[in-house]
Amino acid sequence: MKTFKLGGVHPPENKFSSGAAIEKLPLPKRAFIPVTQHLGAPAALVVNRGDEVKTGQLIAKSSGFISANIHSPVTGKVFKVDNVMDVSGYKRKALIIDVAEDDWEEGIDTSDDIVREITLTKEQIIERMAEMGIVGLGGATFPTHVKMMVPKGKTAEYLIINGVECEPYLTSDHRLMLEKGEEILIGATILMKALGVEKAMVGIENNKPDAIEHLSKLAKEFKGITVHALKVKYPQGGEKQLIKALTGREVPSGKLPIETGCVVDNVGTAYAVYEAVQKNKPLIERVVTVTGHAAKQPSNFLARVGTPIAQLIEHAGGMPEDLGKVIGGGPMMGKALMNTEVPVVKGTSGILLMQKEESKRVAVKNCIRCSRCVGVCPMGLEPFLLAQLVEHQLWERTENEKVMDCIECGSCQYTCPSGRPLLDYIRLGKFKVGQIIRSRGKK
Amino acid sequence: MNDVIIYAVVSLSAIGIAAAIILYFVAQKFKVVEDPRIDEVEDILPSANCGGCGYAGCRAFAENLVKQGTLEGFYCPVGGAEVMSEIADLLGLEVEVKEPQVAVIRCNGSRTNAPKKINYDGPATCAFAHNLYSGESGCPYGCLGLGDCVAACEFGAMYMDEKTGLPVVIEEKCVACGACVRACPRGIIELRNKGKKSRRIFVSCINEEKGGPAKKNCSVACIGCGKCEKVCEFDAITIKNNLAYIDYEKCKLCRKCVEVCPTNAIHEINFPPRKPRPAKVAEKPKEPVSTETKS
Repeated sequence: MKTFKLGGVHPPENKFSSGAAIEKLPLPKRAFIPVTQHLGAPAALVVNRGDEVKTGQLIAKSSGFISANIHSPVTGKVFKVDNVMDVSGYKRKALIIDVAEDDWEEGIDTSDDIVREITLTKEQIIERMAEMGIVGLGGATFPTHVKMMVPKGKTAEYLIINGVECEPYLTSDHRLMLEKGEEILIGATILMKALGVEKAMVGIENNKPDAIEHLSKLAKEFKGITVHALKVKYPQGGEKQLIKALTGREVPSGKLPIETGCVVDNVGTAYAVYEAVQKNKPLIERVVTVTGHAAKQPSNFLARVGTPIAQLIEHAGGMPEDLGKVIGGGPMMGKALMNTEVPVVKGTSGILLMQKEESKRVAVKNCIRCSRCVGVCPMGLEPFLLAQLVEHQLWERTENEKVMDCIECGSCQYTCPSGRPLLDYIRLGKFKVGQIIRSRGKK
Repeated sequence: MNDVIIYAVVSLSAIGIAAAIILYFVAQKFKVVEDPRIDEVEDILPSANCGGCGYAGCRAFAENLVKQGTLEGFYCPVGGAEVMSEIADLLGLEVEVKEPQVAVIRCNGSRTNAPKKINYDGPATCAFAHNLYSGESGCPYGCLGLGDCVAACEFGAMYMDEKTGLPVVIEEKCVACGACVRACPRGIIELRNKGKKSRRIFVSCINEEKGGPAKKNCSVACIGCGKCEKVCEFDAITIKNNLAYIDYEKCKLCRKCVEVCPTNAIHEINFPPRKPRPAKVAEKPKEPVSTETKS
């Protein structure tokens, strides 16, 4: 069975919510919609305080080459434009809408009927993606229409659909593949047309046999799409690792995946593309897993963007008594939340509720040079060295040791027997070195 | 036996003399002419190599100073006016008189003023915590209390106050090299003029949020109400982005702003205790204010 070669770990999977069907979450009373929900420039608001907005109406316009449109996820009145706390506690500009009802903008198909025929041309598809604010739903939230524009001199050969979901606990992609399999494959066909490629591969880890079976059966009806089972190994869902696992090709350091002729999109993105192109529906809702040892009722919700996370937890059985940490995302790459009033955004894949005991950090001891971190690093880096260089603020050497290649998967920190905060330091190093590289570019 | 010793001594001496002659000519040929004044200037400098002047060390400072031939833009914060005037005498230049400065910590978000809302258990460096989140009190501008400034101080002029969780500057030891200013990821520390008799007045807050949100996290935050701006007779106070700033060049230390501040965000340092005044003043001080000085 295929997998990537270099490094990797196998944390306990704990996919508690894989049996829970996707539930539609009721609308929030008040929706908080940040203007930065994607990688790149913040979107520019096109509505003002007091305006009435409809579900699906454009409320913020893309303001740069790498940026994305934002649409209203609800119907109601704009209460105000204010600075709202994001996951890290910093204030970011957001639109606050008082929700009245759910009245969709005209021209949006909200039925469950599957539209199979693709009528739009390549250019129209890309334009529609940009218009509907589609971004990568795997976590990085890179605007998808930008990804579809293959740079001059490069050719795309494969489209890779990422159904790996290697992050423990999370099951949103798994449920989506089971419940919206056909839509995902239509979405993949649309993406293939936009890229001008003939072949697409869907990569799914072997711990989801039902999804593999379901999609394999459906894929027979689709030209050029093949489904591949992959050996369970973290971080297989990383773009570069998945390309390596499926095609055996390696993305050169500091380069984009297009160098290998591959473009990777998440299954969630494929579904959003289907809805945007075939149903004219903007990206205003997504599947979010609420799970964890502390969660009373691990669930998968179809939640509107702007819904406070507290509401999701409430619907998953309420706030547990023995709550240690609330993590936005998975246990490996996610980030502890400061406040559960933060809204669901386009990039929210899961909410993890951890018990007090398991959320404690272990005591930091000295590095014993066991080199386990080097062994598990999927990018072939030396995490122990990088962490030390950052600790001593040797930025030049940190850069030379390829800190920018780190994909922040956290395998090193997970495996460290001394409990050293390796990834924490590497992240700081990436931030500092990134600053230095950017300032160099300006000169 | 004797021959061996003689041969050895003679041949070694011959090699030695030949090498000395060669080295002499090579040294003449490749002689590096260096301004002797660089060494002299370096001798005067305090050799702290702190980089507070903006150069890599004392030697680099001396080299650049001598090369440029002017004192404009050169200032050794450690040596201060004394050292600078000595250098000026040596080089026959005019010295510009600069007020001595001291590092000032513009945050009073102590454990009582800005109580903890969450627990942070990541690596204990401010640089990292600042990238990660807004802080244990929730104030996105306030001191993170993890001591990057203390670690950066080469002169032992700072320490973390266990009780308040805030750094403290030891005034006598501080040479205003600015290492802590550069180390603080939030820009809380500022170099300000020491002032007459080391008396200073400053706004101990850099929170640019509106009054409500700022007060929510910290009881001594500047809320940008503008009372101090109105009461100041010397135009020393400006309000920008909901935050008051006192220009130390213009401030005449009248202390009127300190009295009117509704949140006790304006601090006065090293002033003698006020003469008791009837009624009004009595209600003022809620919280002991001094977090900054240790003199």
